[in-house]
Amino acid sequence: MAGELGHFALILALLFALAGAVAPHIGAVRNDATLMAFADRSVLAQFLMAVTAFAALTYAFVTSDFSVVNVATNSHTLKPMLYKISGVWGNHEGSLLFWVLILTLFGALVSWRGRKLPLRFRSRVLAVQSLLVLGFLMFILFTSNPFLRLDPAPLEGNGLNPLLQDPGLAFHPPMLYLGYVGLSVAFSFAVAALIEGEVTPLWARWVRPWALLAWVFLTGGIALGSWWAYYELGWGGWWFWDPVENASFMPWLAAAALLHSAIVVEKRDALKSWTILLAIVAFSLSLLGTFLVRSGVITSVHAFATDPARGIFILAFLAVVVGGSLVLYAWRAPKLAPSGLFGIVSRESALVVNNIFLSTFAAVVLVGTLYPLFVEAFGAGQITVGPPFFEYAAAVLMSPLIVALGLGPVLAWKRGNISRAMQVAFPALVVAAVAGLVLVWQNAGGVVMTAFGLGLAVWLITSVFLEIAARIKLFRAPAKALTGLGKITRAQWGMSLAHAGVGVILLGITISEAFTSEELVVMAPGDTVDVAGYSFTFEGVAPVAGPNFTAVRGFFTVREGERVITSLTPEDRVYSNPAMNTTEAAIHPLFSGDLYAVVGEATGAGRWSVRLYFKPMISALWLGALMMMIGGILSLSDRRLRVGSPTGKKTAAQAGEGASA
Amino acid sequence: MMKYLSAFCLILTMSLGALSVAVDEKPLADPVKEAQARELMKEIRCLVCQNQSIEDSNAELARDLRAIVRERIALGDSPDNVRAYLVDRYGDWVLLRPPVKTSTYFLWASPFLVVLIIALLLINRNRQAAAPAPLSDAEKEQLKALLEREP
Amino acid sequence: MNRFLPLAIAGLLVVLFLGMMLSDRNPQEIDSVLIGRPAPAFSLSSLADGAPALTEADLKTGEPLLVNFFASWCVPCRAEHESLMELAGRYRVPVIGIAYKNERDKAIGFLNELGNPFSKTGLDLDGRVGIDWGVSGVPETFLLDGDGVIRYRHWGPIVGDSLEARLLPELEALR
Repeated sequence: MAGELGHFALILALLFALAGAVAPHIGAVRNDATLMAFADRSVLAQFLMAVTAFAALTYAFVTSDFSVVNVATNSHTLKPMLYKISGVWGNHEGSLLFWVLILTLFGALVSWRGRKLPLRFRSRVLAVQSLLVLGFLMFILFTSNPFLRLDPAPLEGNGLNPLLQDPGLAFHPPMLYLGYVGLSVAFSFAVAALIEGEVTPLWARWVRPWALLAWVFLTGGIALGSWWAYYELGWGGWWFWDPVENASFMPWLAAAALLHSAIVVEKRDALKSWTILLAIVAFSLSLLGTFLVRSGVITSVHAFATDPARGIFILAFLAVVVGGSLVLYAWRAPKLAPSGLFGIVSRESALVVNNIFLSTFAAVVLVGTLYPLFVEAFGAGQITVGPPFFEYAAAVLMSPLIVALGLGPVLAWKRGNISRAMQVAFPALVVAAVAGLVLVWQNAGGVVMTAFGLGLAVWLITSVFLEIAARIKLFRAPAKALTGLGKITRAQWGMSLAHAGVGVILLGITISEAFTSEELVVMAPGDTVDVAGYSFTFEGVAPVAGPNFTAVRGFFTVREGERVITSLTPEDRVYSNPAMNTTEAAIHPLFSGDLYAVVGEATGAGRWSVRLYFKPMISALWLGALMMMIGGILSLSDRRLRVGSPTGKKTAAQAGEGASA
Repeated sequence: MMKYLSAFCLILTMSLGALSVAVDEKPLADPVKEAQARELMKEIRCLVCQNQSIEDSNAELARDLRAIVRERIALGDSPDNVRAYLVDRYGDWVLLRPPVKTSTYFLWASPFLVVLIIALLLINRNRQAAAPAPLSDAEKEQLKALLEREP
Repeated sequence: MNRFLPLAIAGLLVVLFLGMMLSDRNPQEIDSVLIGRPAPAFSLSSLADGAPALTEADLKTGEPLLVNFFASWCVPCRAEHESLMELAGRYRVPVIGIAYKNERDKAIGFLNELGNPFSKTGLDLDGRVGIDWGVSGVPETFLLDGDGVIRYRHWGPIVGDSLEARLLPELEALR
């Protein structure tokens, strides 16, 4: 029954989306307020229908209704409740339904929070959003219906991929989808602006919070996924430059560029067509990611089971959405002439530099991801573009970006003074150089990159502090500094925190890459191995049984000198439904780094092969990501930057000042 | 970052342990050579569980290839020779670091090329913005009128 | 001009993806680099009692032949076995079987159970010969010409229409 209800709700949603995608445009052309206002009602109805459908599918999963094909293929009665629920979006059909749910949620949010947007513009935005919903609903109903029935219903389901049965992974996809789909709002705003043929500083003010929100979710989704890979895949890696990982990283980079270029539009009424283009490209890259995961064009460890019909459908949808918006762009962009001016040394210029490098990096990741396809298409054989290439690109492109990141916030708007900026920047450069040199001196040879990375990280973090110090006149009028601290807006704190977060991540990457200690050994119970000053004693193994797996659990005691720090119990699990072997690494985070143990196979005579690591500063990666997220949220919570609420001109200017995050 | 494992991996290997970590064989006694071998393994793509290096993969074939890498390094082969040995059998496909050759010039140059293109696009637009359009005749008239009205 | 650049790039990508999806290419398949090269040198003991070792010299017979890598533990090998029987029987192609990482008894048991299409066999216990041939998994089948030069490699099981549509035309071209 629930299945039919869900199916019916989807069909209704499709009709609402169709009407909502067409009527407001007609209304805008005829200047008919009723037709334009229909957009608000339509997106609300779409949202309610999507909620109904999603609830119906969730109900089928929770009650293990195996007469629904999707449930039978992806669930199992023995599965813990959390994973029955996360199973809803852990498969192709369910995840698409989840996309639609979020897409309609954002439509409803824009309608709700955007009451103060001009009716004409809002209805255009919502109509574009409805068009996206329409496309996805057609995709679901024609190729990937999650409510298909199975007759007779099997008594038991196939189960969920064991790797997905993990709390980190239960929440990683929803987070990422919120980010991907959140970018649809910026896209709809951009297309609406192109249709209207006008981009104003106010437009940038409306769109920026939405882009920021999406970016915060993307940051969280990517960080969660990387954390999951770190503790679940068991070889201590956290990023593999896999096509699907790249597919989430590209929109993140584009969204980060968009956040910054929107500031220039808002402050200086410049970079307008570039910002519009970024908004289109950011969401297009999200769609490209969905396409790559589901079409089977690229091999990835992450791909959904693929089906050519689906691939063709998404490609057609992609061509319509991306192609259509870019045609509109090519046609309208000349109308978006910039009117503002700014000097070469200015905050605006630093933001332009930021945009050049962020968008170049996004483009180069795209080139690297798709390059093997091009080479093959031109008949030049098969090649692989793996981590070494992307690391090279990151080093080339991120270094200047980080230098600019430290310099930008100290530069004045419009016309900066390089010598004054250097007063602030110079100490940071010195600190960075010293940090780099110390490292080279400590570890002569082969550490140039480490020294360089560390220098950049220290430069960025120091310059963030110095920028705050300069803002509150800590050195010139120390007595009043505390009052100055209170005057810093949340948006400014947000910017500083997010920028420092980038520095912290870089610090974590550089130190953990350079100084990880790793032992790959065969141990018998009682053996002790020394890793980076910590002694790991292997106490033996014991069999364990979980709800749907059996495992071998290894026991390690870790000591520093005589003092016992912790015991680690990594597992080697064998799941029954479906049959699969997974590694559960045991990790104990210390302030200085992570103790990390993995147990492998028995090698005979009571001996086991194990991998032991000490990964210094690795937690800085997730700490930095958290700082970026909190920075984004702080900025969003700034009173003057409330989601989609334009106010008077004076506050607009102030918010612009604060919007430099 | 969606780690939805491809079913292919399981079908291809028909064995358990496609994604459990490789902790199996004995490292080389000489730590310098072991480090060299490990560095090399990180740059060789696994043929079974693709998109992993043979260092990471627990597939049988990856294990065999690791053994070969260690063997040859132990015998004093240079990493380049070991790479050539593998390319001779599996093609450039096995190298996670694409070799610099005609078909990859564009790839390796792309960070510089793209940065140049985007910078030109953006700066060009700025320069247009920086030079305000000259006054039209009508505007000149208007300006003249305004100036003349000043006392 | 600039404003058309994004559109041009998007168009190029769509064409590329469409081409990739319409071709019957398998993204998992790695092209063999051995095509056009003589079979690598090897020497493997036979599965048959008392038969001489299988070497690359056995592959230069003056007529085209197939070399099939198989294993008893490999499920797709079971699926393609019928095609191999048909090749050896109806199409009269000598098929040489190399048991890849398979225990001798199990490989023999596999052939006793399903029938033996192989004119000669070899046992590649440690998989080193497989690696020399660039094998990434079983089954893989190589087509060699009369001079022992590898002309075609069939990746994965010979099932469905792949015998008629792919392997036989290649074989006919050599005959």
